[in-house]
Amino acid sequence: MDRSSRPRSRGPAPLVAVAAAAVLTLAGCSSSHGGKKAEEEAANAAAGKADTPRMTVALVTHQAPGDTFWDTVRKGAEAAAAKDNVKLVYSADPNAGNQANLVQNAIDQKVDGIAITLAKPDAMKGVIAGAERAGIPVVGLNSGVSDWKKLGLLEFFGQDESVAGEALGDKLNTTGAKKIICVIQEQGNVGLTQRCDGVKKTFKGTAETLYVNGTDMPSVGSTITAKLKQDSSVDTVVTLGAPFAMTAVQSVGDAGSKAKVATFDLNKELVKAVQNGTIEFAVDQQPWLQGYLAVDALWLYKNNGNYSGGGEQPVLTGPAFVDKSNVDKVAEFAAKGTR
Amino acid sequence: MSMSQQAQPAVDRPPASGPKRTDGRTARRPLPLRLLARPEVGVFLGALAVLVFFLITAPPVRDGSSMANILYQSSTIGIMALPVALLMIGGEFDLSSGVAVISSALTASMISYQLTLNVWTGVIVALVASLAIGAFNGWMVVKTGLPSFLVTLGTFLILQGANLAVTKLVTSNVATDDISDMDGFGQAKKIFASSFDVGGVQVKITVVWWLVFAALATWVLLRTKYGNWIFAVGGNKDSARAVGVPVTFTKISLFMLVGFGAWFVGMHNLFAFNTVQSGEGVGQELIYIAAAVIGGCLLTGGYGSAIGPVFGAFMFGMVQQGIVYAGWNPDWFKAFLGVMLLGAVLINLWVSRAATRR
Repeated sequence: MDRSSRPRSRGPAPLVAVAAAAVLTLAGCSSSHGGKKAEEEAANAAAGKADTPRMTVALVTHQAPGDTFWDTVRKGAEAAAAKDNVKLVYSADPNAGNQANLVQNAIDQKVDGIAITLAKPDAMKGVIAGAERAGIPVVGLNSGVSDWKKLGLLEFFGQDESVAGEALGDKLNTTGAKKIICVIQEQGNVGLTQRCDGVKKTFKGTAETLYVNGTDMPSVGSTITAKLKQDSSVDTVVTLGAPFAMTAVQSVGDAGSKAKVATFDLNKELVKAVQNGTIEFAVDQQPWLQGYLAVDALWLYKNNGNYSGGGEQPVLTGPAFVDKSNVDKVAEFAAKGTR
Repeated sequence: MSMSQQAQPAVDRPPASGPKRTDGRTARRPLPLRLLARPEVGVFLGALAVLVFFLITAPPVRDGSSMANILYQSSTIGIMALPVALLMIGGEFDLSSGVAVISSALTASMISYQLTLNVWTGVIVALVASLAIGAFNGWMVVKTGLPSFLVTLGTFLILQGANLAVTKLVTSNVATDDISDMDGFGQAKKIFASSFDVGGVQVKITVVWWLVFAALATWVLLRTKYGNWIFAVGGNKDSARAVGVPVTFTKISLFMLVGFGAWFVGMHNLFAFNTVQSGEGVGQELIYIAAAVIGGCLLTGGYGSAIGPVFGAFMFGMVQQGIVYAGWNPDWFKAFLGVMLLGAVLINLWVSRAATRR
C-alpha cells in the first residue's frame, strides 16, 4: 500500500510544472480571433428526460466512415435517446451484406427496437423478417421510401434521395439555370447517383455528371476547375455534400467562371456561405430530424402504442430549402452541428 | 527493453569511407544510350506522349490556366511522391502516407481551434506529430525486421481510425471547425496555399514547392553521402551495413521524410480549404506509390531517381484532369485512367529495356 502511494505522490510535481510551463508557453501564442472560445459563447440548451423504463434501440445505417451527413443523423438519434431514457446502439456499414449482419447482431442482443436505413432493401428482407419473428419493432429512416411498407416496417422517416434531387431540379428551373454539372464524390454510390438522377429528371436545361475523388480535396478542386474550363457554358455547379460545395466555390474562382453553386446537405461553414451569398441555396432533408424521429418513434410505440402515418404513409423530413430568405434562422442550429 | 539496448551500438556505428573512384572496369557508353538508361527517361517520354495526346484531343488544355490547374493537381501528388520515392529507393514502403496527410492537417486544425491558439502553434505541433509517426514506422520496421508493408498497413489502419475517432471525440463532428478567422492563418496560407500571377495565369504555390523539393531531393540523392546511403540500404541492407552505412539511421530518417511530406501536404489541405474532413486520404497512398513507380523507382528498392516521380506525378495529374478537359463520358473515368497509366508504364518499360540491352 505504502509503497505504491509514495512514487505517485512524488510523480505529479514535475509533471505539473512541465504542464504549467507548456500552458504558459501556449498561452503566449493564443489567437485573439475565432477558435473554441468564440464557439463556446453559443450556449447549449438542455432538454428534460423521460422517466419511462430504460430501453435499448439499435440504429443501423449504411454510413461510410467520416460522412458528415450521417454524423448529423446520429446526433439526432442521440438527442432523442438522451431525452427518452433510451440506450442507443449505433452501428453502420456501407456494404449491404455487412449492414444486414449488424441488424442480425442487434436482434441477437434482444434490443427493444431497431431503426434501419434501406439503401439496398432486398438485402434487408431476411433480417427484417427475423426481427419480426423475435417480436422487435423495426422502423425505417432516410432511404427506402418506396420499400418500407412492402418489407413490413412499422413506419418511415425521411425522404428518398431522388425526391430530394427532383426538388432541387425544380428549384434550379426557377433560378434560370441552363447548364449544370452534378458533382458525384464517390463513383458507384447508389444514393448519390439517385440524387443526380433526380435533378436530371426535373431540370429543364442540360445536366452533366462529374466524378471527383472525394477522399482528396485538392483533386476535387482541380477537377471541378478543369470541367468549368472545358465547358464555359456551365452556369450552376451542384454538389452532393456541404464540404464539396465549399471547394466548388473556390474552383469557380480559379476557373474564372461565373457559375453559381447549389448543394445538398448543410454544415455550419455552408450556412455562413449561404448567408454571404457565395452559395445560392442548399436542399436539406433534415438528417438530424430523421435520426431523432426514428428513435423517438420506437419509444412512443413501446410506451404508448403510437405509430406515425398509421403504417400507410411515410413521414417526410424534406426537402427543406435553405437560402438567403431563411438562412439566419437555421444558422444558430447549424453552428451546434444539429442542422 | 533490454533487446533494443543491445541492438543499439551495433547499428549506429559511424560510417567508414566507402570506395568512391570509378575503377575503369566498365567502358563509357555513348551519351544517348547512357541518357536512355536513366530511370526517369521512360517516364519523361510517357509524360510527353500523354501531354501531346491531350493537347491534340482536348483544346482547353492548350490554355495557360488549364496547365496551371494540371500542375497544381500534379504538385499535391508530387510533393508526397518525392519522399515516398526516396523511401522506395531505400527499400521500404509506407502505406500510411495517405491518411498521415489528413492526420497532420487534423492535428494542426484541432490544436489551434480547440485551445484557441495562433495557428502556427498547431502547424508546429502537427510537424512534430508527423515526424513522430514517421519515426515510429521506421523504428518498428528496423527493430522488428518485419516487412514495411505490414508495419505501415498497421499504422494506416490505426491512423484511419484515430483520425475519425479523435476528431469525433474532440469536435463532436467528423470534420474540423473553420479556422480561417484565427491569428496567423493569413501568413500560413501565404506559405502553404497561396497563388501568384505568371503572365496573367494564377499559379498555385505548391507547384513551386514541388519543384524546389524535387531539386533538393535530386541533389541529395546524387551529390551527397546520404544519397549514397539511400541507394545502398535499398540495394542490399546487409552489405550496406558491412561497408559502414548507418542502416538504422537512414531508414528511420527516410520514414520521417515521408512524415515531413505528409505534414506539408496536410498543411496545404488545411490552409486551402479551412476545414478538414476526417475520412479523407484513404487510397492516396497508392497514388503516391504509383507516381513513384511510374517515375522509374523499383518496387524492390535500390534503383530510381527523384526527378522521375516528378514526371510520374505530372502524368497522373495530366491524365486525371485531361479526361475532364476532353469531356469524355465520366462513367468511364477510372477505366480511362487505368488504361492511360498502364500504357505509360509500358512505354517506360520498353524504353529502359531498349536502352540497357546493348
